Amino acid sequence: MRRSDVDPGRADPHRADPHRADPDGAAPPGADPHPAPDAPGGACAPPVPVIELRGVARSFPGDPPVQALRHADLVVRPGEYVSVVGPSGSGKSTLLHLLGLLDRPTSGEYLLDGLATRELTERDRSALRGGRIGFVFQSFHLLPHRTVLDNVLLATLYSGVPRTERRDRAHAALERVGMSHRLDFLPPVLSGGERQRVAVARAVIASPHVLLADEPTGNLDSVTSGGVLDLFDELHAQGLTLVVITHDATVSARAPRCVRITDGVLQEV
Amino acid sequence: MLPARAGRRARPGVVVPRGAPLDRFGLRDLLAEAAHGIGSRPARLLLTIVGTVLGIGSLVVTVGLAQTAAGQVARQFDAVAATQVVVEPATARSGDSQRTVGRIPWDVEDRLDRLAGVEQVGAVSTVDIGAATVSAVPVNDPSAPALTPPPVLATTPGLLDAVRGTIATGRSFDAGHDARADRVVVLGVRAAQRLGVFRVDRQPSIFIGERPYTVIGILGDVQRRSDLLDSVLLPVGTARADFALAGLEQAQVTIAVGAGAVVGEQAPIALDPATPEAVDVQVPPPPSAVRRDVQADINAIFLALGAVALLVGGLGIANVTLLSVRERVGEIGLRRALGATTRDVAQQFLVESVVIGLLGGLVGAAIGVLVVVAVSLAKEWTPILDEAAVVGSALLGGVIGLAAGTYPAVKAARIEPIAALRGTAT
Ligand SMILES: Nc1ncnc2c1ncn2[C@@H]1O[C@H](COP(=O)(O)OP(=O)(O)OP(=O)(O)O)[C@@H](O)[C@H]1O
Ligand SMILES: [Mg+2]
Repeated sequence: MRRSDVDPGRADPHRADPHRADPDGAAPPGADPHPAPDAPGGACAPPVPVIELRGVARSFPGDPPVQALRHADLVVRPGEYVSVVGPSGSGKSTLLHLLGLLDRPTSGEYLLDGLATRELTERDRSALRGGRIGFVFQSFHLLPHRTVLDNVLLATLYSGVPRTERRDRAHAALERVGMSHRLDFLPPVLSGGERQRVAVARAVIASPHVLLADEPTGNLDSVTSGGVLDLFDELHAQGLTLVVITHDATVSARAPRCVRITDGVLQEV
Repeated sequence: MLPARAGRRARPGVVVPRGAPLDRFGLRDLLAEAAHGIGSRPARLLLTIVGTVLGIGSLVVTVGLAQTAAGQVARQFDAVAATQVVVEPATARSGDSQRTVGRIPWDVEDRLDRLAGVEQVGAVSTVDIGAATVSAVPVNDPSAPALTPPPVLATTPGLLDAVRGTIATGRSFDAGHDARADRVVVLGVRAAQRLGVFRVDRQPSIFIGERPYTVIGILGDVQRRSDLLDSVLLPVGTARADFALAGLEQAQVTIAVGAGAVVGEQAPIALDPATPEAVDVQVPPPPSAVRRDVQADINAIFLALGAVALLVGGLGIANVTLLSVRERVGEIGLRRALGATTRDVAQQFLVESVVIGLLGGLVGAAIGVLVVVAVSLAKEWTPILDEAAVVGSALLGGVIGLAAGTYPAVKAARIEPIAALRGTAT
């Protein structure tokens, strides 16, 4: 495992970190409120949470309106592995969409890497999605006509990964998920577990700060689920922050921390 | 945390760095993604471009055949016939005999020269030499076989140019010879052969009857009145003095292209103001108006068909692109989740339809060129096609793709990523 090359959360020079790359220098260097995340629990301040929800609620218009998420407070620190459990319709996916900047809360504030996202333009939110968030979906969402390698490369198109690094990174990411022997395969010929591994490779190639997974094992049997969960454990061990949504107790048991949603209400377990 | 936030709010556009512009979904990526999008369904691509191919193809065929036909007309266009006017006295039929009723004035050259569109004027008339012979030797050799003498023609100085003649050797006579009634002749090349005159530098003479005439030149070639080549040509003034020439039989006039109608109208008045109907003017027929009209009709029909085909082609592209957007909702959602902006998505679908249109345009233009060449070969024409028209037609396909793709692209961009990922987007 070429850890130093592909380690997603740590010391990656190409990570889109505004506090290093922002050329306008609005914040003086000394006043940087975000210490490098590779010093967790260091001598200075505690690390900035990757995810911080402050009273976030999401309701959908209707008669009566659907309160999919009610006044949720949640802090996920760098390197944490959190599972979100709850019955169907409880608001898990709603939460994940908010965390993934695919949706905007009706009220409350969501800080990603300490960056308030409410006021951001759609363009900036897209850039954050591409650069700092990796998604893994229940239904994989691989493009059927593109090879495994192309599917993984797709994530580099929008995230600003330098063109010259794209292929190396894709190979490294596929190696990391144990799929480097299937580079030229098309997704329809892969098994479910293999497809999800490719999806994970795609999610980590741009070195996100957090991996968001919605029922990643929902379409897999228990054996292949175990393989994907092992992969998550590995990524966690390498320092990646994970938020995994599931209604499967065996899946949530793998995560050190578990959060439960019931009827839109979020509680620590 | 607050200072940093305040600092960022100051420049809302650059909150999140997006990487170097070339690294983030650059033109290469855009084209590559569009190519994959198109290439994944080759059969559908073929059906999609049919309309555009037909439209662009018929456009190129129309333009190409019109140009080829125009070139053909220009090639067949008889420049001499189209610019030659012949003026003769009118004839009246009385009983069995034809009688000329009008006459061409001696100063026909001056009178017609003044008309707009007239370039060269000359007149000619047969000279009646009675029983006199034409020979190169003065003595009448009774033992020589009696040959019909070459015809003797009186010509004005301008005739040589008016029949587009060339002098093989020596010179032609001028207004001076004419005015002084000098005894000079120019021999048509065949008449010169008959008379055994091959050079004029030693001023050979021929005899018409008893009188000697100095040969000053030999006429090599003419485009009209080839009988001149068999004749002995005298200045009109000389013919009037020696043979009492009564009148001119014919004037040959060269005109500018297209001046036929005007000259035909004005020449009789210029020649005989009192009785213009006594002068017959034969002007070249105007360029075939009928054929041109038919050609224009065919062009209009072809162009209309092409326009309809293009419209259908555009609608086809729009339809297929819409279908493709609907089918690829999941892909759109995925791309948005991977960081694509609405603009990236719109661009991708727009480029796809532009490329489809361009492909249709290229194929259509190529087929159109082939058809033009094939038709030309069959008709033994020279195919003529403006490259700019061909390239323009091919590009027009791209423009149609652009127009057709706009609505689907906007629609794709409007798809909400969540709905798209759920697969419930409509
Ligand atoms: N766009 C929407 N409009 C109206 N109601 C919605 C919308 N999206 C979600 N909801 C409602 O919000 C609630 C939470 O939905 P959500 O998808 O988050 O549930 P979930 O916990 O992910 O369920 P599952 O485990 O079945 O995926 C549900 O009652 C759902 O009907
Ligand atoms: Mg869900």
